Amino acid sequence: MSETAEGSVVITHDVGLHARPSVKLTKLAKGFTSSLEIAGAAEGPWIDAKSIVKVMALKAKQHSTLFVRAAGVDAEAAVAAVVDLVRRDFDEAGDGH
Amino acid sequence: MGTSHQGTGASDGLFLGPLRWLGRTALKRQPTGSAESEAAALAEAIALSVGELAALMARVDGEAQDILGFQVAILEDDALSAPALAAIAAGTPAHEAWGAALAGEIAGYEASDDDYFRARAADLRDIRDRVLRNLAGYTTTQHRTGAVLAGEDIAPTVFLETDWSAGGAVALTRGSTTSHVAMLARARGIPMVVGLGALPAHCTTLAVDGGSGHVLADPDDAQRRDFAAAAAAEAQTRAREEHFRLRPAQRRSGARIDILINVAGVDELDHIDHAACDGIGLMRSEFLFRDGAPLPDEETQYRAYRRFVEWAQGRPVTIRTLDIGGDKPVRGLTPDGEANPFLGLRGVRLTLAREDVFRTQLRALARAAVHGNLKIMLPMVTVPDELARGATLLDACVTELEAQGVACHRPPLGIMVEVPAVAVVPELFSEAAFFSIGSNDLTQYVTASSRDDARVAALNDPAHPAVTALIARVARFGREAGIPVSLCGDMASEPKHLATLLEAGLTSLSVAPARIARLKAAIAEL
Repeated sequence: MSETAEGSVVITHDVGLHARPSVKLTKLAKGFTSSLEIAGAAEGPWIDAKSIVKVMALKAKQHSTLFVRAAGVDAEAAVAAVVDLVRRDFDEAGDGH
Repeated sequence: MGTSHQGTGASDGLFLGPLRWLGRTALKRQPTGSAESEAAALAEAIALSVGELAALMARVDGEAQDILGFQVAILEDDALSAPALAAIAAGTPAHEAWGAALAGEIAGYEASDDDYFRARAADLRDIRDRVLRNLAGYTTTQHRTGAVLAGEDIAPTVFLETDWSAGGAVALTRGSTTSHVAMLARARGIPMVVGLGALPAHCTTLAVDGGSGHVLADPDDAQRRDFAAAAAAEAQTRAREEHFRLRPAQRRSGARIDILINVAGVDELDHIDHAACDGIGLMRSEFLFRDGAPLPDEETQYRAYRRFVEWAQGRPVTIRTLDIGGDKPVRGLTPDGEANPFLGLRGVRLTLAREDVFRTQLRALARAAVHGNLKIMLPMVTVPDELARGATLLDACVTELEAQGVACHRPPLGIMVEVPAVAVVPELFSEAAFFSIGSNDLTQYVTASSRDDARVAALNDPAHPAVTALIARVARFGREAGIPVSLCGDMASEPKHLATLLEAGLTSLSVAPARIARLKAAIAEL
C-alpha cells in the first residue's frame, strides 16, 4: 500500500544544513523505502533527501524552512523522522562531547 | 632580514621550520581505450578512495572522524559520479570526466555567499584529487614532521595524513578560518595562518605566528633567535597554564574560586571540556532570536536549553532571559527609532512588555529545568517590581505546565546586577535567588561612556573605583544575606582585574571559555 506525506520544519542549527547534519539526514533517509525529498520552498524544486551531494547543494541555512515530502509504504514515518531530526538540531550537543 | 607577511590567524601558536610547498602534482595517465573500461577504472578509483578514507577514519576521532565521514558519504553518492559516467559513455577519458564533474560541484560551493559552505570547496577538491591519484595509480605520500606545510589551501586529509608529532605549522596564501583544516589545526594545537596572499618564491624557512597571523619568510639569525625565544616563552607559559585547566581554581591560601563559562551558542560546547569549568555562568539566549528570523517556538527553545543542562551534567547552568534592545536589535521585537537605545526598552523591560514572548521562554526554561541544574536570570533589572513580576509570571507558567501534565520544575530566579540603581541598594532585591554582576553594562552606566566609541573608551574602565566599590558592595551584601554572587562581564576574563575582584570578596566568576586555563593559573598566584 502506498501513501504520501509531507511536512516542514525550521532549521535551528547554527550553520544550517552543513556537512555533519547532511550526513545524518541522508543516512536517516536511506533507512526508508519510500522516496523522500526535501526543498527550500513549498513549491520546490524538490531534491532527493538520500543524496548528500544534492542535500549539500541546497545550502539550507539557519532559520530557513525545510519542506519534506515522501511517497511509499513508510511515507508518514519517513517525513516524521526527518522533521524530528531537524527539530532535535541533529543531536549535536549531547552526544559524543 | 626576512620578509614579513600578514595573514589571518586561524590557530594559535608559534612555529619556525622548513617550508614544504604543497602544489598540485601533475598526474600522468593513459586512458584505457574503451568507455566500459574507463567507467570501471573510475569505479575502482572511487572504491579505493573510500577504502583509504575508512582506514584513516579508524586512526582518528571526534571532529576528524566527522570530516572524513562527510567525504565518504559524498564519494559513495551516485549523484556525484553520474555526470562523469555520462561523459565517459560519450568517449571522455575517466580522469577528464571526473575532473570536469567535480569542477562543477566545487564551483557551486565557491559561489556561495556563506563562509561555511564556501569552505567546503576544499573538501571537494580533496575528494577530487584523491580519486585522480588513484586513477593514475599514485600512492598517497605521508608528509614529514616538523615542517611548515604551505600552499594555496591544503586538504583536510593531507592534514590528517601528516604526522605532527614533531610539531609543525600551516601557512596558506588563501584558505579560510572556517575550513575543516583550521578546525583540525585548532583541535591539534598546530599554528595556522590563512590569507597570506603570496609568499616569496624560493623561500625555504617560515616563522609562523598563528595568533597574530604574522609570518616571517627566511628570517635571519637575529630574527630566528628572537622567534625561538618567544616560542619557548610561550610554550612554557602555555604548558604552565594547561596544568591548571582541569583542576579546580584555587588561591594560594587554598580557597576555592568557582570558574564558570559564558556561552552564546550550542556549537561552542563542542570545543570545551566540561570538566574544565564549574558550570555555565551565563548562557545568552539571544542566539535563538536572530534579527529577521521567525521567533523560536517553545519546543525549539526547550530543546536548545535542554542541551546546555545535559552538557553540564549536573553543574549549574544560568540562562539569561532574552536580552535584546540597546546594541542588539531584533526586528518586530525591539522598538525602532529610540533616541537612546541603551537607556530604552531593553532586557527585562522589553520582555515584560511582550508577555507572549516572555511566557514562551519561561515555559521552555521550566521544562528544560527537569534535565539538570538550570537557573533563570533576568537582565537589566532596575526596580524590585520587575523581579516580582518576573517571578509571578514564572510561577504562572509552572502552574500552567503542571495543569497540562507537562514535566517541569520551577528554577531559581536571579538577576543581573548591571544597572547602578541595583548595585547601590542590592538589599532591595533580596528576593533574588542570586546576583550576577554584569560588569560591562555596569561600567558603561557608571562611567557614562561607551566602549564602542574610541574617543571615550578610555573612560570606560571597569577598574574605576566607583565600579569596583559597587562590586564590593554587592558581594558584601550577598555574603551577609546568603545570596550567591558571581560576576560575568569581560572584566572577569582579564587576569589584571583578578586581584581586585577577589579582594572585593567574589568567589565565583564566569569567563570566556578560552581564558579558563590562564585565569586558573593566575588565581593560583593570588
